[in-house]
Amino acid sequence: MFLKRAWDHELAWHFRRSPVAIAAALLTLACVGAALLAPWIAPQDPFNVAVLDLNEAFLPPAWLPGGKAAFLLGSDNQGRDILSTILYGARISLGVGLASVALALVLGVSAGLAAGYLGGRTDALIMRIADVQLSFPAILIALLVDGVARVALPASSQDRIAIPVLVLSIGFAGWVQYARAVRGSTLVERQKEYVQAARVIGRSPLAIMAEHVLPNVLGPVLVIATIHIATAIITEATLSFLGVGVPATQPSLGTLIRVGNEFLYSGEWWITVFPGAALVVLVLSVNLVGDWLRDALNPRLR
Amino acid sequence: MTLLELDGVTRDFDVSRRWLNRLLEGEPRRLLRAVDGVSFSLERGETLALVGESGSGKSTLARLIAGLYRPTQGRIAFHGKRVQMIFQDPYASLNPRWRVREIVAEPIRVLFRRSTAETCSKVGELLLQVGLSPEDGEKYPHQFSGGQRQRISIARALAGEPDLLICDEPTSALDVSVQAQILNLMSELQRRLSLTYLFISHNLAVVSQVADRVGVLYLGRLVELASASELFTRPRHPYTRMLMDAVPDIEISGRARTPVAGEVPNPLAPPSGCAFHPRCPYAYDRCVAERPPSLDRVACHAIEEGRIS
Repeated sequence: MFLKRAWDHELAWHFRRSPVAIAAALLTLACVGAALLAPWIAPQDPFNVAVLDLNEAFLPPAWLPGGKAAFLLGSDNQGRDILSTILYGARISLGVGLASVALALVLGVSAGLAAGYLGGRTDALIMRIADVQLSFPAILIALLVDGVARVALPASSQDRIAIPVLVLSIGFAGWVQYARAVRGSTLVERQKEYVQAARVIGRSPLAIMAEHVLPNVLGPVLVIATIHIATAIITEATLSFLGVGVPATQPSLGTLIRVGNEFLYSGEWWITVFPGAALVVLVLSVNLVGDWLRDALNPRLR
Repeated sequence: MTLLELDGVTRDFDVSRRWLNRLLEGEPRRLLRAVDGVSFSLERGETLALVGESGSGKSTLARLIAGLYRPTQGRIAFHGKRVQMIFQDPYASLNPRWRVREIVAEPIRVLFRRSTAETCSKVGELLLQVGLSPEDGEKYPHQFSGGQRQRISIARALAGEPDLLICDEPTSALDVSVQAQILNLMSELQRRLSLTYLFISHNLAVVSQVADRVGVLYLGRLVELASASELFTRPRHPYTRMLMDAVPDIEISGRARTPVAGEVPNPLAPPSGCAFHPRCPYAYDRCVAERPPSLDRVACHAIEEGRIS
C-alpha cells in the first residue's frame, strides 16, 4: 500500500524518467552499502594491529608487478590493505557527514523558524549573526571551532572526542543556509490564514511553529540537506587532510589522502590516489542525487 | 443581551522604514491608522455586517475583535466565552499538510482536551453538520473545492463552540452559485446554534441577505450604523448613499445609477476633518475643519445641521 503510493508519487515518476538520477542513486546506495558493511566485506581489518605485517607494506595494486591478489588496491606503509581502509574510511566520512548535516539542520531550521515567525529583534539578532558568519568561509569557522575545542579540552581525551568535535565544527559552520531558507518560507507561511486560525484558538508561538509552519517549510530544507551532505564530507576530508580532523588511528578518507600524500613523491601513488578517487565517487553521486532532487522539486524547471 | 462592546477602538500600524534608513534620510516615523475610534455593540444572536471599500479597515477590525491584534487605543469588551473566525481565502485558511479531521479537531484538542474517541465522533458530527461526510476527514484540503473548503473552515470554527463567529469575507473567493449555499448554511447554523455573527463584506448584495444591522466603514471610521432594512431603503450618510447608488439593481427601477466617484484617500495622509469631504457633494468649510461626531448613529455635519435628511 505504502510502496504503491510512493511509486505513484510525482517525485517517483520524475525519478523513473531521469537516467542520471537512477545512476546516481544506485551509486550512492552502493557507496553507503559498502561503507555500512565494511566489517563484513573488507578483506582485512586495518585497525587490528595483530593481522598487519610490515613485510606487506608498500605493495602496489594487484595488477602491477609485485602486487599480491590479497591486496587488490595495494597496501600502505604499515601493511594495511588500501581497499579495506577505504571501506572503513568511507564509513567514518559518511558518518561524520550525516551527523554534521543533522546538527546543522536542527540548528538552522530552529533559528530560521524563530527568526521568521517571531520577527522583530529576534529576527534581527539571528540574521545578523548569520550574516557575520557567512562572511567567513565555512572551512574557517570549522577550523575555529575545532581549534577552540582542542585547546579547551584535555589532551588525553582528544583522540576519543575528535569525531564529536569534528561533527560539531562542521555542523556549526553550515547552519546559516538552512536558517535563511527556512526564514524566507516562514515569512510567507506566517501570513497565511491557517496560522491566524491557530492563533485565534490561542495556540502558543512554539506550537504554531512546530506543528503548523514546520511541515510547510521542510521541502527546500531537504534539498539543501542532500547537497550539504556532499559538502560536509568534503569539509571533513579537508579538515582531516589539514591534520585537524579525525586521528590516524581511525582514518577517514581525508586522513587516508593526507597520510598517502607523504608517499606520493616516492612513487607509492596508490596510497593516496585510491582514497581520493573513492571520495570523488562518493561526493559526486550524493551531489547528483541532490541536484536532481532540487530540479524535481522546483516547479519552475518542470 | 450585549455580547460585544467596542469603545473608541483605534489601531495604528507602524509602516515606517527601517531605523537606519530613517536615521540617514531624516524621515519621521510613519503610522497608518487602520481603525480610527470605532464604537459599537453587538447583541447576542444578531448578525452585524461591516461594509466598506478595500482599505477601509474592515479586516483589521475583525482581527482586533478576534484578538489577533491589540488595539492601540480604546477598549473591546467581550462578554462571551470564545470567538472564532472564518477567513476569506479557503485556499490559505487550511493547513495543506494536515488531514481535514486534524484541522477540525485542533480546537477541540486545544480548548477542551477531550479523549481521542470523543474528539473523533465530534469531528464526524461537525462534518455532517456542514454538509460533508465523516469519511472526508481522512482527506487533505487540496482534495476539496473552494466551497467545500469553506465548509471545513466553518466546521473547524464551530468545533471551538464559539459565541461569536467573525466571518471575514467568507464568500468573496467563491463562485456565485456556491456563495448562496455557504450563506444558507451559515444562516441555518445560526438558527440552530444561536450564533452571533460579525460579518465583514464589501458585497452589498450578500450583506442585504444576511445582516440584521449594517455598519459602514470609511477609512477606518464608522460613518453610519443602522438596521439593514433602514440602511438599504433610506441610506443617510452621503458615503452610504454613494455606495447604494452604485449597486446594480435588477428591477430596472429607472433610478439612475451613479458610479462611486473618486477613490479612497491615502490612509497615511487622511483628509482633515471628515475623512469623506474630498468626495462628498455636500461638503463645506466645517467638514474640512472639524471631524463630525457620531450622532444618532451617523457621523455627518450636513445631517446634523439638517441640510440633508
